[in-house]
Amino acid sequence: MTERGHIPESRQREKPRADLQWIGKSMKRVEDPRLLVGKGIYADDINEPEMAHAAVLRSPHAHARIVSIDVSKAQELPGVLCAMTGADAAKVCDPLPTWASPPVLQAVIADDRVRHVGEAVAAVAAVDRYIAEDACDLIEVEYEPLPPVVDPEEALTSTGDAVLHPERGDTNIGLERKLTFGPVEEDFAAADLVIERRIRWPRSGGQPLETVGAVASFDDGAGRFTIQCNTSMYNYCGWMIASTLRVAPHKLNIVPTLAGGSFGSKMFVHKVPVLAAVLARAVGRPVKFMEDRIDNTTSCDNHASDRVYYAKLALKRDGTLLSLKTRIIDDYGAYLQFGVGQHGNALSQCVGPYRINSVEVDLAAVLTNKCQQGAYRGFGSEVANFVIERLVDAAADELGIDRIALRRQNFIQPDQFPYLIPTGNMYDSGNYQAVLDETLKLADLEGWRAKQAEARKEGRYIGIGVATCQERSVFSATEFWMWNLEPGVEWTSSPDGVSVKIDPTGKAFVTLHSPFWGNSPETVAAQVLAEQLTIDPADIEITYSDTDQGLNSTGPGGSRFTVMVTGAIVGAAGKIREKLLRIAAHLMEADVRDLTLQDGAVHVKGVLDMKMSIAELADKAHYYRLSMPEDLDLTSGLDATYVYDHPVTTLPDPDERHMGIFYPIMGHSCHIPVVEVDVETGQVHFLHYAAVHDCGTMVNPMTLEGHIRGGTVNGIGTALFEEFSYDEAGQLTTALWTDYLIPTIKESPADIVVGHVETPSPFTEYGVKGGGEGGRMGGPPAIAAAIEDALKPLGVTIDSLPLPPSKLRALIRDAQARAA
Amino acid sequence: MAGVSVTFTVNGREVTATVDPRTLLVHFLREHLKLTGTHIGCDTSQCGACTVHLDGRPAKSCALLAVQLEGAEVTTIEGVAGPDGMHPMQAAFKEHHGLQCGFCTPGMVMMGIDIANRHEAPDEATIRRELEGNLCRCTGYHNIVASIAAGASSMRG
Ligand code: FES
Ligand code: FES
Repeated sequence: MTERGHIPESRQREKPRADLQWIGKSMKRVEDPRLLVGKGIYADDINEPEMAHAAVLRSPHAHARIVSIDVSKAQELPGVLCAMTGADAAKVCDPLPTWASPPVLQAVIADDRVRHVGEAVAAVAAVDRYIAEDACDLIEVEYEPLPPVVDPEEALTSTGDAVLHPERGDTNIGLERKLTFGPVEEDFAAADLVIERRIRWPRSGGQPLETVGAVASFDDGAGRFTIQCNTSMYNYCGWMIASTLRVAPHKLNIVPTLAGGSFGSKMFVHKVPVLAAVLARAVGRPVKFMEDRIDNTTSCDNHASDRVYYAKLALKRDGTLLSLKTRIIDDYGAYLQFGVGQHGNALSQCVGPYRINSVEVDLAAVLTNKCQQGAYRGFGSEVANFVIERLVDAAADELGIDRIALRRQNFIQPDQFPYLIPTGNMYDSGNYQAVLDETLKLADLEGWRAKQAEARKEGRYIGIGVATCQERSVFSATEFWMWNLEPGVEWTSSPDGVSVKIDPTGKAFVTLHSPFWGNSPETVAAQVLAEQLTIDPADIEITYSDTDQGLNSTGPGGSRFTVMVTGAIVGAAGKIREKLLRIAAHLMEADVRDLTLQDGAVHVKGVLDMKMSIAELADKAHYYRLSMPEDLDLTSGLDATYVYDHPVTTLPDPDERHMGIFYPIMGHSCHIPVVEVDVETGQVHFLHYAAVHDCGTMVNPMTLEGHIRGGTVNGIGTALFEEFSYDEAGQLTTALWTDYLIPTIKESPADIVVGHVETPSPFTEYGVKGGGEGGRMGGPPAIAAAIEDALKPLGVTIDSLPLPPSKLRALIRDAQARAA
Repeated sequence: MAGVSVTFTVNGREVTATVDPRTLLVHFLREHLKLTGTHIGCDTSQCGACTVHLDGRPAKSCALLAVQLEGAEVTTIEGVAGPDGMHPMQAAFKEHHGLQCGFCTPGMVMMGIDIANRHEAPDEATIRRELEGNLCRCTGYHNIVASIAAGASSMRG
């Protein structure tokens, strides 16, 4: 036990090995065939008999009192089944689930006050969506506008009518806390140099191609809801939706559908299923509510971190990094669904891959008249990556040390793992030098430096950026609650379960208890089970449970899934293997210790032809009870369930000296983009892009590379184009994809050269680490560095994103004016 | 609203229906014919998830009214596989990991088939130029380009 906490023993059962048959192979995906022929069932593809369709009337005001609302004309429109106001909804349901404590109350339909453009004001269920939309147009609402709060720093001092939730006090600060880890003041006093920056990270969002949707029905005989929905976490905390709907948890079944992408935005959706459910109960028919794109951009859980950092990095003149201090103002929008879990997340890796002795974070989470924050690929920790990388670049420039050399000098060394950082989180393993070396090789740095010098002579601006970023994986629930001011939801479990059975013919069935949301859950499960039982993945069938059947499972998010489902399958397969061996020992009259499972059969070691296939043993296990040993526990059949707990977490320190281990399975990446900036137009072109990730043992290199490339393009969007931008009146000016610019193929590099280093985790099964958040963790700081490098002759510094042509032109103009 | 009668062919089958004139083709396909493989991503003709073939050319079905289709021939993602299974373009997407969530995929496959129909051996630059109207949020496009190149080559046989 130290100031930073303690490191528990590893519970790893399966060591990484060289002779694996399926793990590590680029197996083609199990999910693909049905998706390719148009037979995948996403939320909007569900049709129930008599199903009605919902549409939502949304607030045109950023902040207003609802003086009156009249739905009578809408009610009268033929085809309309129900028009519901916030007051109507409040009679039948409670506020939406939240992790913030004290909570920020949020209603499924706003009642007396609207707090952002796009907030639901009324909902209609009708026989089709067209009529439902028509009916929304007939609803008359009188608003009394209130002052809109748009600027996060101004929100710090709001009072009176500008306060969004007066019941929480006369302030728009949702939560404010300062946490100090280690001797920050001493380290700053010992510093030769302090780098100070104001850094602005923009509000962007996952924006998957599919919006959020639900089909709800209510069986009034059984008093029971069924909600089919593209949400995750339904087997973890789906019951919270039941509480909102005022039914007992067993009176709600949540059935997952395929999700057409999430990137965090569907981690735990609450507004859409609750809305569909209250309407379904009101009209006595199934109701589908599928967000359209404006529903989604203005009012989903889709907006991500929107932060202002006042950051200070203390260091010695020789380049030794000492301490990091940040004042953060984070614009949470109108509500706090996940509390400030995004900041717990950021503290998992806020010192990057560097030895930094102490950290101070002073956070103000402000409430403004914008859509609430949720999760997006990184969940706040990608912002920490951006901040530390920008500071390290600035420090190197200030000291006149090469940016790469300064990184190397401060890297945590391979022999220092497992390593506790000042916040208490553990980095389980890593080899940052190796990742950097591999990327430098792929990037041809020397070659590009030469080309850069040539180009500069011709008046062209080429730049090379290097970012070395952490890629934390496998969150623990503590990240959500440990910032809360008052005790709220204080869970410490975040497991994932599977059910496995072998049928009498030897075929395997896996039930997953978390959904498909664009990742490759079936492929991963098939590869790991095939490895464990030495069977062919083609003999494995995979399905998803609903909450009725579900085991405790947190679901994908925070790059958890591959690690967690691998652990769960190892657990379940272990039970099945044990039973197979026991039965085989009995039937072949052998000692269990002499048996081995290989090629889908149990063999007696060293005796040729003494073997029984899994199919033969499954047949015996199912139908020949009287041939089995006398043992009450040896029931007929071959099945097992296993709930795999997070491989390594510890509790936060009660005195807040550290936050415990909560995000320890630490991947790492290095990104090196080469860009050319057209200084006349402000356009950025990618000339080359190299990215190397270390996600421990790779289960499937093909799908991992997919995450790296796709995530990198998400990162390009964040760095260059994407912003949910609100004007002074609180209008969202980028609500459509005409203005919210997700990268098209033209903005995406033709080739992102991907490489791998594998430093297995000593804590997870086979040493797997998560890589789901992919390139978005490393792209933005690397791209910012590359652009800054390109514009170095002009003296441009990059402290904020995004950098669309207009913004880059402004920076270039300013720099030129300063020089003149 | 008075319905309008319209007759056209979908995946080789003649369809006659009376539709509200404002019904979008994509809704007609999805809601009336239950051909839910054609997806809706944006509602504003940005994303191409709703791409079908209309008289042999790709079209964004969210930007057409069903009543405009009188006499037309429409092919959706459900109509491209042969009796022996996947269309070569679909198989190429599987082989080259051209999809993750699969939501853009029907549109991408329909575009891919069209590109292959119009270009003898489409090179990367051609494929990239042709895919400007189709968004994918998952893949970064790299593997989609590779899938279409491979699919086009196996379509040529
Ligand atoms: S839904 Fe038709 S282009 Fe997006
Ligand atoms: S595969 Fe998900 S949008 Fe393309």
